[in-house]
Amino acid sequence: MIKEYRTINEVYGPLMIVKDVENVKYNELGEIELSNGEIRKCKVLEIDGSNAVVQLFESSAGINLADSKVRFLGKSLDLPVSKDMLGRVFDGMGNPMDNGPQIIPDKRVDVNGEPMNPAARNYPSEFIQTGISSIDTLNTLVRGQKLPIFSGSGLPHPELAAQIARQARVLNTDTNFVVVFATMGITFEESDFFIQDFKKTGAIDRTVMFINLANDPPIERISTPRMALTAAEYLAFEQDMHVLVILTDITYYADALREVSAAKKEVPGRRGYPGYLYTDLATMYERAGRRKGNKGSITLIPILSMPEDDKTHPIPDLTGYITEGQIILSRELNKKSIMPPIDVMPSLSRLKDKGIGKDKTREDHSDVMNQLFAAYSRGREVRELAIILGEAALTETDKLYAKFAESFENIYINQGFYENRTIEESLDLGWTLLVKLPRSEMKRVRDANLNKYYDKFKVLDNGQD
Amino acid sequence: MNKGTIIKVSGPLIVAGGMKHANMFDVVKVSEYGLIGEIIEMRDDLASIQVYEETSGLGPGETVETTNMPLSVELAPGIIGGIFDGIQRPLEDMRKISGNTIKRGISVSSIDRNKKWDFKPVKKIGDSVQPGDIIGVVQETVLIEHRIMVPYDVSGKIVHIEEGSYNVTEIVVKIQNERNEIKEICMLTKWPVRRQRPFKRKFAPDAPLVTGQRSIDTFFPLTKGGIAAVPGPFGSGKTVVQHQLAKWSDADIVVYIGCGERGNEMTDVLMEFPQLMDPRSNEPLMKRTVLIANTSDMPVAAREASIYTGITIAEYYRDMGYDVAIMADSTSRWAEALREMSARLEEMPGEEGYPAYLGSRLAQFYERAGKVMTFGSEDRAGSITAIGAVSPPGGDLSEPVTQATMRIVKVFWSLDSSLAYARHFPAINWLTSYSLYSSKLDSWSDNNIAKDYSKLTKDAMRLLQEEANLQEIVRLVGIDALSKSERLVLEAARSLREDFLYQDAMHPNDTYCSVNKRYKLLKAIMDFYYKSKELIKKEIDLDELFKLPVRERISRARLVEEAQINDHFRKIDDELESQLKHLFEVEA
Repeated sequence: MIKEYRTINEVYGPLMIVKDVENVKYNELGEIELSNGEIRKCKVLEIDGSNAVVQLFESSAGINLADSKVRFLGKSLDLPVSKDMLGRVFDGMGNPMDNGPQIIPDKRVDVNGEPMNPAARNYPSEFIQTGISSIDTLNTLVRGQKLPIFSGSGLPHPELAAQIARQARVLNTDTNFVVVFATMGITFEESDFFIQDFKKTGAIDRTVMFINLANDPPIERISTPRMALTAAEYLAFEQDMHVLVILTDITYYADALREVSAAKKEVPGRRGYPGYLYTDLATMYERAGRRKGNKGSITLIPILSMPEDDKTHPIPDLTGYITEGQIILSRELNKKSIMPPIDVMPSLSRLKDKGIGKDKTREDHSDVMNQLFAAYSRGREVRELAIILGEAALTETDKLYAKFAESFENIYINQGFYENRTIEESLDLGWTLLVKLPRSEMKRVRDANLNKYYDKFKVLDNGQD
Repeated sequence: MNKGTIIKVSGPLIVAGGMKHANMFDVVKVSEYGLIGEIIEMRDDLASIQVYEETSGLGPGETVETTNMPLSVELAPGIIGGIFDGIQRPLEDMRKISGNTIKRGISVSSIDRNKKWDFKPVKKIGDSVQPGDIIGVVQETVLIEHRIMVPYDVSGKIVHIEEGSYNVTEIVVKIQNERNEIKEICMLTKWPVRRQRPFKRKFAPDAPLVTGQRSIDTFFPLTKGGIAAVPGPFGSGKTVVQHQLAKWSDADIVVYIGCGERGNEMTDVLMEFPQLMDPRSNEPLMKRTVLIANTSDMPVAAREASIYTGITIAEYYRDMGYDVAIMADSTSRWAEALREMSARLEEMPGEEGYPAYLGSRLAQFYERAGKVMTFGSEDRAGSITAIGAVSPPGGDLSEPVTQATMRIVKVFWSLDSSLAYARHFPAINWLTSYSLYSSKLDSWSDNNIAKDYSKLTKDAMRLLQEEANLQEIVRLVGIDALSKSERLVLEAARSLREDFLYQDAMHPNDTYCSVNKRYKLLKAIMDFYYKSKELIKKEIDLDELFKLPVRERISRARLVEEAQINDHFRKIDDELESQLKHLFEVEA
C-alpha cells in the first residue's frame, strides 16, 4: 500500500521539502500528483528524520502546497531495457517520444549503475576504424575507450560525431557498432541534424536515442546520460553488442548539476560548480570499458563545448583527467575550412599504443604516427619563424617542412565529413606526404619500415613529378 | 546494546542516534545490508558516519551497529601481489562473489584464511623477546621474506614455538610475560589505519632511491625515505611517471594506490606487472607489489581511506626492515573526497571549498614516510619513500592542494604540458622542478658512482639554464646574433634534452637506465661540450663540428642494450678523440 502525502512544506528551485513522511529511503523515486491530475517525477535527495528533501525532475510550476500529493514508489529511478530499444527515440526520462509503443521490458535496471570492479576490467586494445585519418593514424580510438571531443561554439562537432557514428567499425569483423546517443540541452536544430543524418544513412536502425533539448527541464538533463549508459550497459554486457555512446553536450549537463547544487545551497567549488563534479562525471565516464567474460564493449565519446575555448575551464579540465585522451577542435583550422578541424598536436589518445601495430593495424603505424607528429610540429615552428624573419631566412630543409605542414593540413586532415578512409589508405597517404622530405629526416622511422615503405612511395612520388 | 538507529541520510553521510556508547572513528555496520562506515563526528548521542558504500535505499529507523574497532587493516603473509579496494577488500575475491560490478555489503576477509604458509622460527624456546623482534619468517613471494614480529604490546619469554605449515590465524608462538600470562601469537595482526606504527627513531635519509629515470636520478634525485610530489595537468604523463617509478625504482616493496583515478589504468598495471621483470632480481614485478585500487567510480569515502590503508601496509613492511616506496595517484582526488565529506558535515570551508584542515591532513600523511630505526632488540633500519601525484585543476599550481603539498615535500617534479605536446617525455620541466636532496647526495654519488659525477650534473644543469636564456635572444633576433660559444651551448643543451633527458618508457632498452649507462651517457655528452669548447677558441667551422659522426653514436646510445654499453661508450670515447683531432687538423 503506497501512502500519499499532502505535506509539501516548501518548494524552492528544483527542490521540495515533504514533512511527516514514514519509511522513505534515500534516493527513492517519487511521484507528485498535481490538482489537475498531472504526474511528475522526483527523487529523495536527503532524508532527515521525518523530513524528506526531494528533487524534481521536471518544472515546479503548478505545484500547490495544499492540493498536490506526493507518493514514494519504493524503488530508485530505473529504465526498462530490451533489445527493441534499437531504432527508437526516448525523452530524457526514458519515455518513448517517437509515437511508438511502450517498450516491453526484458528487465528494469537502476540507472545509477554499479562501479565496475577494476580487477574485472579488460584492457581496451582493439582498433576502431573511424575512417578519419587524423583520428585513426594519430589519435587512435580503441574499443572500450572514453575519448571526448573538446569543441567550442560555432565548431562542427555535430558533423564530426555523426561521421564517427556512421563510419566506426572494428577491423576484420563484420560486427557493426550500435550507437546509443544522448543529447543534453542542445537545440532542436542540432538534435534534428543527428536524427536526419542517422535516418539518411540508415544508421537509425542500430541507434537508441535519448533526447533532452534546451527547452526541456534542466533537472531531467542529470538523468539523461545515465539512462543512455544504462541502455548501453544492457546492450553491451547482456546482449554482447559493441556500443558506441555519444553524449552531447556535457557542458550543459554540468550546468544543470550546478543549478541543483546551488539550489541545495552547497558550498561551491571552482566557478560555482559543485565540489563533487569530478566524482559525478567519473561515475558516468567510467561506465565505459570492457569486462572480462563479456563479449560486448562500451566506447564513449562525450562532446563538450569549452566556454571561451578555455581548456582549463572545470568541465574540460575534469573531463580530461578522467577520460583516456581528448580530440580537440581548432578554431583556426575551422577558419581555414579544413574539415574536420582536428588540432592533432594537443589531441591525444592514451590507449593508442596497445591498439596499433602489426596484426592490429599495420607494422609501420607507430613510426608513421611519430614521424607525422614530428614533421608537422617542425613545420608549424618553421611557419612561425617565417612570419617573423621572412621566408628568405629559411634553409632548404625548412622550406620543405613548411610545405609539408601545408599539405598535411590541406590533404591529410582536410578529408571532409563524408570521406571514409581505411587505415591502409590513411597510412599510405601519410607516406605520400612524408616522402617529400629527405630520407635522412625520417628519424622516428625504423630502418625496416624505411626500406619497405619510404622507398616504395618515393618511387611513386618521383613518377609523379 | 551496541545498536543505534539511522536518523538522517545524505549521500555517503548518515547520522545515527543512540550511539553514546560508540567511540570516535569506530567502524560501524549500517542497516541489514551491513554497509561499512566510520564514525567521524559525535554530538550528544548522535554520530555522523561516513559510509564506504552506496547508500541508496537507506532510510530512518534502520539499525547501525558498532564493531567497537577503529578502521583497521589486516597484516599477514598474503598481502604482496594482492589487489585491494580502499578498505583492503581483495578485488578478485569480490569479483567471485558479485561478478564484474561491485555490489554493496560484500563481506570478504582481507587475507586468505585457508592458505598455509611455511613458518620457520628464528627464535627458540626460552629466548626472551621484545616488541618488534622477529620470531619467525615466511617466504611470502620469491622476492619477499615475510618477517613475523612480536606485537607492540607483548614481551617476555618464548614458551612455545612451532615450525611448519600454518594458516595465518593458527597460533605459532606463545610468549610468557613478567606477570606470567601467556600471550598467543598468530601470523595475523591488525592495525588501525589512521594511527602511525611506532618506531625507535627517525633519521634523515641519506641514500638515493634509484629510479632508472635519467631526468629524475640525475637532476632531481629522491632518497630512500624521502618524499616527492608530481604535479601536472592532464595529458602531461603523470601516471606514466608513477608507473615507471613503480616498475623500476630500487625499493624492496612498492605499494601503489590508485586513488580516484581511471579504472583502465589499474587494469594496465594489473596486466603488465606480472609480465614485467625486475631488472635486479629477474622476477615478475608483481612479486614485490601491492595494489590498492579505488577508482573514480567507486565510493568517495573509501577513497579517503585508501591512502591510509596503503601507508599502513607500507609501515608494516618497513618495520620488517625493508625499503618501501608508496605511490599515491592522485592526492588531489583524495583531497576532493575530503572536501566532499567536509561539505556534507557542513563544516566552514577554507580555500576553494577545501576544509581548513587540508594542509595538516596532508602533512600527517607525508610525515609517515621517512627512514627509521624500527622496534626490536636488533637495530633494523627501514624506510618509506612517498611519491604523491597532484592533479592541479587547469595546471594551475597556485591551487590549495598543490600549495599545501609543496610546503611538505622535498622533491618536486613539475610536469609541463608544453613539453608533453612536443612529445618530450618524461615531461619534467628542468627549470621549475627541484630536489632538496641533490646537495646531500652529491658526496654519495662522487664516492659511489664517479669522482666527477656532481660536477657533470651541475655543469649540465647550467647548460640547460643558459639555453633557456639564449633561446629568448634567438626568438627576438635570430640565431646569427649568437657567438660561437653560445651556439655551442645551444647545441650541447639540445643534445642533453634529446639524447639524455628524453626517455622512451615504451622502448625495452630505454625504459630503465642503469647507473652506469646514465653516468657514461652524461659524460659523453659533456665531454663533447668540454672538448669542443677548447677547440672553438681556434678557427673551426661550427657546422662541421656539429655534424661529426660520433654525435650520431651518442644520440643512439640511450637505445643500446645494457650488455653492450661499455663497448659502445668506449667507441664513443675513441671516435670523439680522433674525429675532433681530425677536424682540427683539416681546419688548420
